[in-house]
Amino acid sequence: MSPEFSQYIPIGMLIVIAIAFSAGLLVMSTLMGQKGRRPAIKDTAYECGMLPITPAHGRFSVKFYVVAMLFVLFDIEVVFLYPWAVVFKSLLKDPQTGPLIFTSMLTFIGILFVGFIYALKKGAFDWGTRAKQ
Amino acid sequence: MSLSELLRMLVYVVGVMAFVGLNAAYLVLAERKGAGRFQRRPGPTEVGYAGWLQPVADGVKLLCKQLIVPPGADAALFRLAPLLVMIPAMMSLAVIPFSETLVGRNINVGLVFVFAFGAINVMAVMLSGWASRNKYAIISAARVVSQDVAYEIPMLLVVITMLMATGTMNLHEIVQQQAGWFWHWNLFRLDLNPLMPVTFIIFFTCMLAETNRAPFDMAEAESELVAGAFTEYAGMGFGVFFMAEYANIVVGCAMTTLLFLGGWQSPFGVGSGVIWFLLKMYAVVFTVIWVRWTFPRTQFYNLLNLSWKILIPLSLFTLILTAVMMKVLRA
Repeated sequence: MSPEFSQYIPIGMLIVIAIAFSAGLLVMSTLMGQKGRRPAIKDTAYECGMLPITPAHGRFSVKFYVVAMLFVLFDIEVVFLYPWAVVFKSLLKDPQTGPLIFTSMLTFIGILFVGFIYALKKGAFDWGTRAKQ
Repeated sequence: MSLSELLRMLVYVVGVMAFVGLNAAYLVLAERKGAGRFQRRPGPTEVGYAGWLQPVADGVKLLCKQLIVPPGADAALFRLAPLLVMIPAMMSLAVIPFSETLVGRNINVGLVFVFAFGAINVMAVMLSGWASRNKYAIISAARVVSQDVAYEIPMLLVVITMLMATGTMNLHEIVQQQAGWFWHWNLFRLDLNPLMPVTFIIFFTCMLAETNRAPFDMAEAESELVAGAFTEYAGMGFGVFFMAEYANIVVGCAMTTLLFLGGWQSPFGVGSGVIWFLLKMYAVVFTVIWVRWTFPRTQFYNLLNLSWKILIPLSLFTLILTAVMMKVLRA
């Protein structure tokens, strides 16, 4: 087994134990918990004491989806930035790779920033008052 | 991988579990005591000496409650959500170095590891909200997702700004680079980035938002959403969420300490050790509690605007500024 992989064995072990710990808490609660009556009213969704009206899963504003999509965009940007940031310092010292690593990522961020300005001007982040007008 | 190594890891894992459990229990007490003091009342005093056994009483009470899975809920996902919120917090503690030697596993991608597991949190709250089939829960879930994703971007951008200066994702090495007096801590390294204190404030704000703490506690806005995504959870199901919240605060504060406040390094150049790490970490934890009882809850729209319109452009600016600074200084 390669050392790159075997250093993660304890991590895997920890995942198993963490699952056991949190599942154990719930199982213990099931065993020790009261076995009270379950009248129908106890099983209804809580709505401040009133009987629930209309389906629970209603419709959501499209704004939530727009924001989620923009997040995916920026998250991918961040994923690309990680390896760049780690080698930035060492590659900057090298006169051959220095200008390349500097300009290429600035261009990348610049293009994304233009997109960000576009989304901002389009009102993707305007919630509430301005959107209503 | 030798047997002794496995044994050491096993002991460490048990230690992490005890650490998480004790922290969750006693941070709740600290929070309640703190809240009391900020509002000029004593907080819990009845159970044990000055309320010191309150967490035990709470734990026993939660364990003895009837566990109810609502018939309308998606039973499998409903049960899975508490596990998914607890496991990542414990996993993160495996790679967080408490001192030079006290670390579960010193891996090279430690930083990414912590943030990757931290991101699972969002899904757990989403699952609990969706599976509950309750209006409060689903509204809370939608809010939490849009809040957490919005604050994750400036947080990661700030971390990348740090990474450019440190050149490593190994948490151990990041702390070692901050050895010496307190002006060697990343927070005061203005030569790396003149906006470092701003970076720290962005990171701290995002950490509050990611752990769903006031003033950004949209997950559990009591006055609007009852208990938010956890409304339908009873007994230990709710207890696990509660524990996980405090475990996440500990992880967030530990990361703040490691990245900005020099980890286990002593501020005076000598006598570094785990005690300094714990001191700094609990000072940050206290600040988190302090902030909660000082600031009122923000409005949801303002919350998203703060992230998208202020924090993201600002963190992008610091990133570019750092790149330019490093280029100019090294050229």
